[in-house]
Amino acid sequence: MSTTAEPTGTLTRADFQSDQETRWCPGCGDYAILAAVQGVMPDIGIPPERVAFITGIGCAGRFSYYMDTYGMHSIHGRAPTIATGLVAARDDLSVWIVSGDGDALSIGGNHLIHALRRDVPVKILLFNNRIYGLTKGQASPTSERGKVTKSTPDGSLERPVNPLATAIAAGATFAARAVDRDKAGLADVLRAAAEHPGAAFVEILQNCPVFNDGAFSHVQDKDEAVLHRIPLEPDRPLRFGRDGDQAVIRGDDGGLRIVPGAEADDASVVVHDPTIADPTAAFALSQLGVDTGHVPLGVLRRVPSTPWGEGLVAERRAALSTVDDAQLDRLLAGPDTWTVGGGPDA
Amino acid sequence: MATVTHEQHAAVEERERVIVRFAGDSGDGMQLAGARFTDATAASGNDLATLPNFPAEIRAPAGTTAGVSSFQIHFAARDIATPGDTPDVLVAMNPAALRVNVPQLERGARIIVNEEAFTRRALQKAGYDDNPLDDGTLDPFELTRVPMSSLVSRALEDVEGATSRQAQKARNLFALGVVAWLYDRPTAVIERWIDQKFAADDVVRRGNRAAFSAGWAFGETSELIDVRVRVAPATDVPPGEYRNANGTTAMALGLVAASVRSGLPLVFSAYPITPASDLLHQLAPRAAQGVRTVQAEDEIAAAGIALGASYAGALGVTATSGPGLDLKAEAIGLAVMLELPLVVIDVQRAGPSTGMPTKTEQSDLLQALYGRHGEAPLPVLAASNPGDCFDTVYEAARIAIERRTPVIVLSDLFLSNSSAPWRVPRAADLAPIDPAFAPPREPDDPPFLPYERDDRGVRPWAIPGTPGLRHRVGGIEKQERTGAISYDGANHARMVAARAAKVAGVDVPPTALDHDDGADILVIGWGSSEGALIAGVRRVRQRGHAVARAHLRHLHPLPPDLGDVLRRYRRVVLPEMNSGQLARVLRAEYLVDVRTHACLEGRPLQAAEIERVILEEIA
Repeated sequence: MSTTAEPTGTLTRADFQSDQETRWCPGCGDYAILAAVQGVMPDIGIPPERVAFITGIGCAGRFSYYMDTYGMHSIHGRAPTIATGLVAARDDLSVWIVSGDGDALSIGGNHLIHALRRDVPVKILLFNNRIYGLTKGQASPTSERGKVTKSTPDGSLERPVNPLATAIAAGATFAARAVDRDKAGLADVLRAAAEHPGAAFVEILQNCPVFNDGAFSHVQDKDEAVLHRIPLEPDRPLRFGRDGDQAVIRGDDGGLRIVPGAEADDASVVVHDPTIADPTAAFALSQLGVDTGHVPLGVLRRVPSTPWGEGLVAERRAALSTVDDAQLDRLLAGPDTWTVGGGPDA
Repeated sequence: MATVTHEQHAAVEERERVIVRFAGDSGDGMQLAGARFTDATAASGNDLATLPNFPAEIRAPAGTTAGVSSFQIHFAARDIATPGDTPDVLVAMNPAALRVNVPQLERGARIIVNEEAFTRRALQKAGYDDNPLDDGTLDPFELTRVPMSSLVSRALEDVEGATSRQAQKARNLFALGVVAWLYDRPTAVIERWIDQKFAADDVVRRGNRAAFSAGWAFGETSELIDVRVRVAPATDVPPGEYRNANGTTAMALGLVAASVRSGLPLVFSAYPITPASDLLHQLAPRAAQGVRTVQAEDEIAAAGIALGASYAGALGVTATSGPGLDLKAEAIGLAVMLELPLVVIDVQRAGPSTGMPTKTEQSDLLQALYGRHGEAPLPVLAASNPGDCFDTVYEAARIAIERRTPVIVLSDLFLSNSSAPWRVPRAADLAPIDPAFAPPREPDDPPFLPYERDDRGVRPWAIPGTPGLRHRVGGIEKQERTGAISYDGANHARMVAARAAKVAGVDVPPTALDHDDGADILVIGWGSSEGALIAGVRRVRQRGHAVARAHLRHLHPLPPDLGDVLRRYRRVVLPEMNSGQLARVLRAEYLVDVRTHACLEGRPLQAAEIERVILEEIA
């Protein structure tokens, strides 16, 4: 799509706020995400009528109603298909998908994988609260093993899906993670996603205060967050924690591991580079902290993209505009015709 | 069938119509031979209809009856309606092809066999204990034994570089040459095709030309066939420019025409499935006409992509066959709720489940009409002959665009593969299609109401990017006019009624009735059975009986006068390739005792059975 913004100058957050009453539960992380998205939209500089939010089903699915842009609240898991059709026909829109962990990774898993491997020019925001909220509290594909829910009274038997690992394996050219309550970090990631020409995948850790409260408190609560967040900044060594007392190094097996900062000299600490073409680096980051509760936040991967069908929309529109009746007549007749009768009375 | 004149060794017999069937192993190239014979027949100016028939397996075990593939063509000096019931000439390339097809022949039919393919091993594979060429089994028929294998090998000896494998592959063109000679088909059409198709490999090209010529020469010189048959060009068809087309070609062109005439780019999204995939194959190379095809990750995505394209302001189309229609139901339901255009083509095949993927059926009708949760009515149209696939899909696109609704178009495997002469439509004669997008609004204008209806009950199509029309749509029930989320029961009831009324208001012409004075029996049908019904009724009339016939394109909404029409007759008979699905609808709708003639054998209805069914009702 065209990423050139028209001069707008006066866009504000209010231009992106619809008049619909938001109906998420009090304290839901979705409010913070909505505010962040509405907040960065003026920075992105695309007028609201050229923005479309396509959502699936679930609490996150309601997002499209609250943005004063174009929007479609579609079918469970199918938002990527609708968005793909939208960009198959239009190259002048900024298209965003808002989805949840059940929507994107369970019922819509196939579409997510294919939108990413095609590199469809859309931004995919996956609100991960590790639970089914709108259906009132069943285990989701990202619920941890052993999780007790209404549908798993003896604890979930299943290993959770790792959203970023899935996206990177599917060929995502942009993959990032943010936390609902980290206003600045979330805004940075959203802006970076908006600038990416191809499919941009963003996992947003989102608290569900009713059915899975505290699932991410270790990265949301101030005191805890400093211990668990691993900020990913390009070209910066991965030191984090209180006064940088933790560091990420590459182990002998090629995987990343977290060690006390004092044990790692500068040469051994991994320097973050999201532009490495080989997805192995980003994949290793997606695994980092899975067992320890540490959470890398920021852009894991941002590599050059050749968006799906780039240039085709304009090319096909131009082609169509040249087909006149005479050409259509020739097309319909094909190479071999014969004539019956000589006149109206024949 | 009267005049017999002599020309060289062979007498020439004039026939009004002829049915030829090419049959062989699925690797023998019978579809190709049949298609080329069809081209030549079209060029001769005959009316024609074809019936390809092949197994689901790409290569079923060679030489077995399971692997037999055939292509039947019916051609005539007059207007004909079906691919014919029983062949006058059967070409059988191996024992299995003979075994499968002989039971369908009538006494006196001609059988042309490759006698060298009747080896002991091949006979065993086909289930013959003795060689039917020698044991008298074929006495009721005119048997022509041709040593095709060695004749083709000999013909290719003069082609430098030709291999024995190539000789084996060229046997179908030899057989084609024999039959082309028998019916005096113009060779230039076939030779030109060979030259173009094999332009890249001169050895293959020359080999195939040699095999075809050898077949023709064999007919001319061998004296094994002593009567040549002439079928004069058809003259009783409406004047105009004609081409040959199967249903797939006509339907693909209909979509392109709808795109051109509406000015909406065509976005066609599909997932590979037999037999609907051919539409994707025909549209994928149409970039020059602005067509964008997307091979989706699954049937669900194919429907979603088409709907997303419609939302964007394009002509979104998806096509599938039975199992895929199951999966598209949720996207179709969303399109009903969003009130956006969407064309869904279902090329029906025998179900349920995988069923018989290469055999035809009309058994998805009730699913098309009712197969969605909630109250989700939509227009359903069915094409009745290959050329009609163009008109039907064009009308479906027009309805979808102008009424903002999904439309299901029913075709079937028989229609999609069957070819017939098609009077080429003129672009200028096609009905205009007006997308009438909602125009931009100024900030001072009153607020945009995305669900405000016009006098046809149609809402605005406000495409993303339009200043002043920002709005949200979705699957949740909407407040009338504003489109805001609404869980108000009374509003829901009004919206259900409004959506239904909009669809019910689609313009449908009155029932086209082919009525004899005094007829008290009506034969009514829909879809691809039209040809069989026309031919069956014609036969009954030739016996001196009065009978009426009607054929429906619009299955929802039905023609406004249909109830009155049905009630006019003492007896209404409805033959269909299902267990009586449309009959059930008509009974429910009009309280008329519609009688079903069901065909569930995976084949098209035949003229003879329609004739029998009508005669039983008359008796």
